[in-house]
Amino acid sequence: MSLGVVVVSHVPDIAAGIKTLLTQIAADVSITIAGGTDDDEVGTSINKIQRAFTENTADELLAFYDLGSAKMNLEMAMDLSDKTIHLYNTALIESAYTAAALIQAGTDLAEIEAQLAPLKIK
Amino acid sequence: MLTTDIILTWIHDFDKKISEKKDYLSELDTPIGDGDHGNNLARGAEAIEAALNKETPADATAALRAIAMALVSKVGGASGALYGTAFLEMAKTSRDTTKTADLLAAGLAGLQKRGGATTGEKTMIDVWAPVVTATKGGQLTQKIIDDAVAATKPMRATKGRASYVGDSSIGHLDPGAVSSGYLFTSLLEAGGAK
Ligand SMILES: Nc1ncnc2c1ncn2[C@@H]1O[C@H](COP(=O)(O)OP(=O)(O)OP(=O)(O)O)[C@@H](O)[C@H]1O
Ligand SMILES: [Mg+2]
Repeated sequence: MSLGVVVVSHVPDIAAGIKTLLTQIAADVSITIAGGTDDDEVGTSINKIQRAFTENTADELLAFYDLGSAKMNLEMAMDLSDKTIHLYNTALIESAYTAAALIQAGTDLAEIEAQLAPLKIK
Repeated sequence: MLTTDIILTWIHDFDKKISEKKDYLSELDTPIGDGDHGNNLARGAEAIEAALNKETPADATAALRAIAMALVSKVGGASGALYGTAFLEMAKTSRDTTKTADLLAAGLAGLQKRGGATTGEKTMIDVWAPVVTATKGGQLTQKIIDDAVAATKPMRATKGRASYVGDSSIGHLDPGAVSSGYLFTSLLEAGGAK
């Protein structure tokens, strides 16, 4: 069973920047992003989140987000998706980085979650 | 009672109010948010009109569902997920009843599930909750709506973007409460509150 990372931010450049940061240390991990609204304005788009879910090639996804409405749209998209998706209320950059690094190293989900726990901020 | 006709009259009027008040709603969102509430909802209102014009809904459930999907996919903010979930829950409940109070109660439950807020946190919940209570008693009035909206002014926000400015949120109306006020004024005017 493979694990992948999904990053949701209000700003397209933030989501893309985090993917750049993660890919450098986790080249073999599927990392997909949803940044901004459909028009690339500041906000979140359920369509983009759904695409990030389907384009991710992993079996099970770990999802990270920045602010409130990103979480609401993530949860809506999770309701509509068949994939197993775990949502973390953790500091976005640090936790997405931690997850990607540990997945790359072959760590299992329980251990990854243990390491994410202290990063919970919301 | 919410028949298909009443729902359509209600929502067309709401869409009209939103496009008229778009700038005001975004202004309200500026000191305690990111200044986009009016623009967000105006996008949603346009999408609702487009969806309803493209295909006349067969029944109340289809109408409520079309409204929900337009909001969910086009608004792109907290309010899109929240209003979208509320209408989706109303759509589900409309299979069993046309009673306004039951439908609005289902919408409110959806809002609370999605946003995790309760009353007193300076959000649209502070308008939905008293409106649901009044509708259950069969006596929703414009005054109840206006008072609920005004009551958000002295509140301190603990949910949503406004919560980041803490005490500075005190003294401003909540934009989502104001737009929900328009939603229920339109409902009253459409004769759907009884
Ligand atoms: N958790 C919540 N529960 C209920 N209502 C909320 C919550 N968070 C925000 N709101 C409502 O949403 C309104 C703001 O809607 P708006 O369209 O401006 O979204 P936003 O907060 O800018 O979204 P985004 O975070 O994507 O920028 C607030 O005025 C409030 O009434
Ligand atoms: Mg806003």
